[in-house]
Amino acid sequence: MAAPDMDTGPEAGRPVFFDFTAPQLWAFGAMVAFIAIAPFFLYPVFLMKVLCFALFACAFNLLIGYAGLLSFGHAAYFGMGGYITAHTAKVWGLSPELAILLGGVVGAGLGLVIGSLAIRRTGIYFAMITLAMAQMVYFFFLQAPFTGGEDGIQQVPRGALFGVIDLRADLAMYWVVAAVFLLGFIAVHRIVHSPFGQILKAIRENEPRTISLGYRTDDYKLIAFVLSAGLAGVAGGTKSLVFGIATLTDAFWGMSGEVVLMTLVGGLGTIFGPVVGAAVIITMQNYLAEFGAWVTVIQGCIFVACVLAFRAGVVGMIAQRLRVRL
Amino acid sequence: MEKIDRRAILAALAAAPSIGMTRRAGAQAANTLKIGVLTDMSGPFRDISGPTSAVAARTAVQDFGVAARGWNVEVVVGDHQNRPDVGVTLARQWIDRDGVDVIIDVPNSGVALAVNTVVRERNKVYLNSTAATVELTGAQCSPNTVHWTYDTWMLARSTGAALVRAGGDSWFFITADYAFGHSLETQTANFVRGAGGRVLGTVRHPFPGTTDFSSFLVQAQSSRAKVVGLANAGVDTINSVKQAGEFGLMRRGVKVAGLLLFANDVNGLGLATAQGAVCSETFYWDLNERTRAVTRRIVANGAQNNWPSMGHAGCYGAVTHYLKVAADMGLAAAKANGVDVVNRMKAMPTDDDAFGQGTIRSDGRKLHPCYLFEVKTPAESRGPWDYYKQIGVTPGNEAFRPLADGGCTLPTT
Amino acid sequence: MIEELLFQLEMAAPQVALGLVNGAFYALLSLGLAVIFGMLNVINFAHGAQFMMGAFVAWLLLNYLGVNYWGALVLAPLIVGAFGVVLEKVMISRLYKLDHLYGLLLTFGLALIIEGIFRNEFGSSGLPYAPPPSLTGAPVDLGFMLMPKYRLWVVVVSVVVCLATWLIIEKTRLGSYLRAATENAALVQAFGINVPRMMTLTYAGGVALAALAGVLAAPIYSVNPQMGSSLIIIVFAVVVIGGMGSILGSVITGFALGLLEGLAKVVYPEASATVIFVVMAVVLLTRPAGLFGRA
Repeated sequence: MAAPDMDTGPEAGRPVFFDFTAPQLWAFGAMVAFIAIAPFFLYPVFLMKVLCFALFACAFNLLIGYAGLLSFGHAAYFGMGGYITAHTAKVWGLSPELAILLGGVVGAGLGLVIGSLAIRRTGIYFAMITLAMAQMVYFFFLQAPFTGGEDGIQQVPRGALFGVIDLRADLAMYWVVAAVFLLGFIAVHRIVHSPFGQILKAIRENEPRTISLGYRTDDYKLIAFVLSAGLAGVAGGTKSLVFGIATLTDAFWGMSGEVVLMTLVGGLGTIFGPVVGAAVIITMQNYLAEFGAWVTVIQGCIFVACVLAFRAGVVGMIAQRLRVRL
Repeated sequence: MEKIDRRAILAALAAAPSIGMTRRAGAQAANTLKIGVLTDMSGPFRDISGPTSAVAARTAVQDFGVAARGWNVEVVVGDHQNRPDVGVTLARQWIDRDGVDVIIDVPNSGVALAVNTVVRERNKVYLNSTAATVELTGAQCSPNTVHWTYDTWMLARSTGAALVRAGGDSWFFITADYAFGHSLETQTANFVRGAGGRVLGTVRHPFPGTTDFSSFLVQAQSSRAKVVGLANAGVDTINSVKQAGEFGLMRRGVKVAGLLLFANDVNGLGLATAQGAVCSETFYWDLNERTRAVTRRIVANGAQNNWPSMGHAGCYGAVTHYLKVAADMGLAAAKANGVDVVNRMKAMPTDDDAFGQGTIRSDGRKLHPCYLFEVKTPAESRGPWDYYKQIGVTPGNEAFRPLADGGCTLPTT
Repeated sequence: MIEELLFQLEMAAPQVALGLVNGAFYALLSLGLAVIFGMLNVINFAHGAQFMMGAFVAWLLLNYLGVNYWGALVLAPLIVGAFGVVLEKVMISRLYKLDHLYGLLLTFGLALIIEGIFRNEFGSSGLPYAPPPSLTGAPVDLGFMLMPKYRLWVVVVSVVVCLATWLIIEKTRLGSYLRAATENAALVQAFGINVPRMMTLTYAGGVALAALAGVLAAPIYSVNPQMGSSLIIIVFAVVVIGGMGSILGSVITGFALGLLEGLAKVVYPEASATVIFVVMAVVLLTRPAGLFGRA
């Protein structure tokens, strides 16, 4: 997907620290500072939800923003992570960190299966295949005995981190979620700026040329897919612990559309875009809940407006204005 | 120019965090009660709950004459969008931030059970009307919860047993292939056999995404069963009934029993299509003088296009009973402790215009009769929403799952 | 053993026939998608919503203007097609120069808007719409089953419309312009042909096909706001399986998958929805470009 490419801008900037350019470092610092003080004046559960979705959107952005692959079935991995974490935490009694990790691993495994099919095609076909496969996964969740059908897995205990730190208090859980998010965020950033990430971008720009340079592009795409699915699984798992539930909503194709919307609103191919996009959409959802029936219509309008007028997204536009890479 | 832009953007960025700021709950006046109607305004349950539920709750408040008592009762409405996380976040914010005392309605089992946990943690009151799951009064029962209107056990019991008594003794099931459909089918089949009927066959259709039921209906037809039981819900049931009409099942005297079919669905089907279908509800506007009167009031308050069915009536009945108890124990006490309120609700017999007299059992199950209806033909219907004729009734003490079978561990009162 | 097989066969014949009816809908819908994609390179996610609009417009025509089914069959596609013209002019035409995926995202947003508006306006439990009197009444005896007349009518309409569309695109001069324009728009424009208008009309045509399918569906399926979105994913799978290289390919695939699904409903009904996705996976493994697609 033609993400606005800031790599060649006049002030593209060179990395100053851990692959962050100076403006990125400022933005990252601001983000960390915000995460650190936010729970004292914002509702922690709301913030945790934003962070989970931000991680989900970052994972999704890894595929679309850097490899140019639009997956329309990312809810499958998000949902899978949620169910696995919820099940292992509730039934097996795993500690939260293991449960989340397992959610990520199984999500990645699912990504491996679906990804190896989907990467056979690109563009629109890729989108439709991921959508159709995600629908099959949805059927599976509906049927599988461990998911509790339409009731979902309820009353999932948050447990104690490493068996020691009790997470039942919202604030304790919040720091765990914040840590998971920041780790995931840095991981995505690291992947994107590694040589591996450079090849992904090369594939996005011109796949035949990348092949002619001797890269097995399918392998690269598949690895990116698996990484993205795994991170989505971690995000879904974390969310299921925050709310103590794992339900079909997280695996429904509407959720796949939502994560596309978040990334689009924030800015495709920008490292901070998905975070901002997730914050915007979740805030909107929360406030529209009291607004009544117009939620889907308003979401649709944002979609249309973004595609027609703000393709760079919020962060993309700010970056363009400031002439920096964010 | 460019510098200014940069500054403007940075200023905007700095201001951004104020979005989503929590509003501090203002000191709640002691004479104020807040009722939160948590419902589906934008999804498949919109018609069986949604706006009409809110109207029903407001009508109950109005009928109770709160103004004359010097009370201030606010009804707030939220759309959970069929997402449990949105439902949970909204419920928590309502309780923690806005001082909501009672949450009502909540269709969609997944959301309903999630909210059940939140309300229990916060010790408020939860009056569920439109969720179908028996879990709310079973393993996941809570001392803060009343499940008012109906559940799957009751539907199975009413439609299964009563229809066999009315002569429909051989059955074929068309079942949505997921837990809800399976349990509805199994429960109904048990009642059919218990009442001396036979089950000739079953076919399971994928859920969701089945639009065409013709092949299942043909299979049902070739089984020569007298009753085709539809163990599905919502659009699936509507499509099944519509196509059963097309294939002439009702014309040939086969009873098509929607195990979860509401008056609103019948309205969507039209009598020409739905005539002869059978279903169970605990409320119908044309049962007696009281139900007609309360329906007139609810319709006049803003439900002209979508008349109340049992879920909406449940919101009315539950709010009415809640307000009575609040008046009885005093507002301050009612706001302080949700378990106390629900215990008082269980202790006090209920009596409202929608359901008449009834009781609430120790597991939170509201008990009232359940009616078996057959959908009228267009010729029999005399006006708008004149859809049902009653063909059977199950008394309140038999209509619901026995306390002992539910696995609820709350102490009996 | 053989008896059982015969019994299965006896059960299967009606199911195959009913599967053909479903196939008729899949074919019409995937045809519209294929026309739009083939000519405009836009994957029209709003196709399901436009299918739904067709059904609702039929209902509106009947209840507000007294136009019956036969009138709606002509008028509803025209009205929804006109809506398509507006969409194309105002929004979609701005995206032709961009990545195709933006078209997908835009139409996804449009689908949300359309569905949301209809749900707010008409509720979620649907609206009644009866088949025309001349197509109700005694079912037709096919020898192995009694088929309602209306279902046969659906198959006839679908086959005729699909063939006509194929003929227009493959065999007429207009069709040759269209195909040429997708290969090289600038060149065709240089010959004095108004390419943007042709694109607009193509989109409108595809949308009208969806609306036609909607009118056909209204008497037998529930007319509700989400009726399209539950079909659209299956239709996407049909399109992937068929490959978008040929119009005829998507039509044949539509019918074939309807049949296959019909069979699955007897043999293993639980899997009848997943069978299409399984076929899709197999096709992708063996023929990534789809059955009729050009790689």
